Amino acid sequence: MLAFIIRRILQSFAVMAVVAFIAFALFNFTGDPVTFMVGQDATQEERARLRSDLGLDLPFYVQFGRFVGRAIQGDFGLSLRQGRKVSTLLKERLPATLELAFVAAVLALVLGVPAGVYTALRRDSWLSQLLLAISLIGVSLPTFLIGILLILVFAVVLGWLPSFGRGDTVALGWWTTGFLTKSGLKALILPAITLSLFQMTLIMRLVRAEMLEVLRTDYIKFARARGLTDRTVHFGHALKNTLVPVITITGLQLGAIIAFAIITETVFQWPGMGLLFIQAVSFADVPVMAAYLCFIALVFVLINLIVDLLYYAVDPRLRIERLAAAQ
Amino acid sequence: MSEVTISAADIPVAGPGTLREFWLTYTQSRGAVIGLALIVVLIVLAIGANVIAPYSPNEQFRDFTLAPPAWHDGGSVRFLLGTDPVGRDILSRLIHGARLSLLIGLISVAISLSLGVVLGLVAGYFRGLVETTIMRLMDVMLALPSLLLAIAVVAILGPGLINAMYAIAIVLLPHYVRLTRAAVIAEAAKEYVASSRIAGAGPLRLMFSTILPNCAAPLIVQATLGFSNAILDAAALGFLGLGAQPPTPEWGSMLADALEFIQRASWVVTFPGLAILVTVLAFNLMGDGLRDALDPKLKR
Repeated sequence: MLAFIIRRILQSFAVMAVVAFIAFALFNFTGDPVTFMVGQDATQEERARLRSDLGLDLPFYVQFGRFVGRAIQGDFGLSLRQGRKVSTLLKERLPATLELAFVAAVLALVLGVPAGVYTALRRDSWLSQLLLAISLIGVSLPTFLIGILLILVFAVVLGWLPSFGRGDTVALGWWTTGFLTKSGLKALILPAITLSLFQMTLIMRLVRAEMLEVLRTDYIKFARARGLTDRTVHFGHALKNTLVPVITITGLQLGAIIAFAIITETVFQWPGMGLLFIQAVSFADVPVMAAYLCFIALVFVLINLIVDLLYYAVDPRLRIERLAAAQ
Repeated sequence: MSEVTISAADIPVAGPGTLREFWLTYTQSRGAVIGLALIVVLIVLAIGANVIAPYSPNEQFRDFTLAPPAWHDGGSVRFLLGTDPVGRDILSRLIHGARLSLLIGLISVAISLSLGVVLGLVAGYFRGLVETTIMRLMDVMLALPSLLLAIAVVAILGPGLINAMYAIAIVLLPHYVRLTRAAVIAEAAKEYVASSRIAGAGPLRLMFSTILPNCAAPLIVQATLGFSNAILDAAALGFLGLGAQPPTPEWGSMLADALEFIQRASWVVTFPGLAILVTVLAFNLMGDGLRDALDPKLKR
């Protein structure tokens, strides 16, 4: 157990190191900062002085080490475009993205799991066929297209919901929330559906496949032979055993939701971190890009780690396998 | 010796019967046939774009900006699917876009498939430290959300269609490596590989001509599905302004340009969207069909 945890943590560090390296590489690929900072007529000596002041004359690995050291303290410098601290910018945008991702994840689970169970139990009903067809289309539709179509129907044609923005927000300390105002909630509906649709179809297909697998096993046959009702067999025995992989995948998808929020936020002009990142990319605002990449990677790695450890705690079979492998 | 070679060549390895059987299984699924038919149509459109498309994709008809499709009020047969905000014929742009999308899929899948197969073969054949290094690297790549990785690569290389293809190829790479490695490890333990080795085949021959053909089935399926992934990702990158740059008639960037006109002219959005949906759906259907036909374990 301990060895497993240590290995997983080491692996997480490796991922973070690679991401930090990519983020650091961004700075070096987008040109020499000294050229941007000094005027046309700066002398060679002035340039050299500035270069050594910024630490740019140091060997590559020392610069990388300094970058990582500052990044761990959350210091990514100033945004080139807005001239404000990158950490403050991200902190302002964080609530919008997290609220959107949270609602999308809940939506995907609440609708995806029952739909998966239903399509597994009633394989031949017309509703199952319909749900499966929709899920195939859902997988083939790019996220931004879903968003655009929803805007077209609910904002342009019907005029029920706003097509962009976050509505009015209420500040709770540094956290701004859109949950407490009517316009905030209305603005949340379309982006949340857009973001959750892909995950929903994924969860539905996964639950269906796992459920069909479990329903074929011997212990389900024995449960039926004992004369248990369909309800007990399906929900007490079958569903319980399908949930372990579902929990894992859902946990992993949570990170993907936060990452894919980039597209949804662009479509709906949602003032979250993803929109900030895309604007930073088009303006070559490197500090913001680097900070966003590192932050999202950290979130993703932490979620992966927690899910893996949970999985290990939940499923006793894994422990036995590892024990057998160790001996 | 010569007798041995002749008799070995006489054994039908994959006769016409196998192909016919494959075709029969494949055509059993209606979805797979529809997918294949759609792809054939797309390929024809892509190859013949210059002849089939009524206009050049970049020709601007200044007097006909945002003209509606033919069946709308005020639409004309001149522009079957209408025109975009600067008066370019949408149908022509879509047809030329098909060429781009298929090319993006082809190139990114080709890059990542060839690289992935080589890395996977090396990892699976040599094992040990080489394998550990390659697979850990792939684990790190898989540990990041694919879209984020693609955007990061484009951010480093700079926006553009070619760089977007590289980014997509990098994102797809780990899947091929893992698949090839797993198949190679399973195949390498079998007797025909051992007998070939005893007959004196070198590592290169063993890897590429003995083992690889027997791992082809899952790779073909993954490559087909990779096509649809590549087209989706390219459209997403184009939409974010990181892929194809205007005035390239790429479907994703067409959508991004059209977004502000959605209130007045919904057709500038719906048709490129429909094109992406149909194309991706076709490849997904064909991939599913191929998997059912090639993988006997999944036959029910």
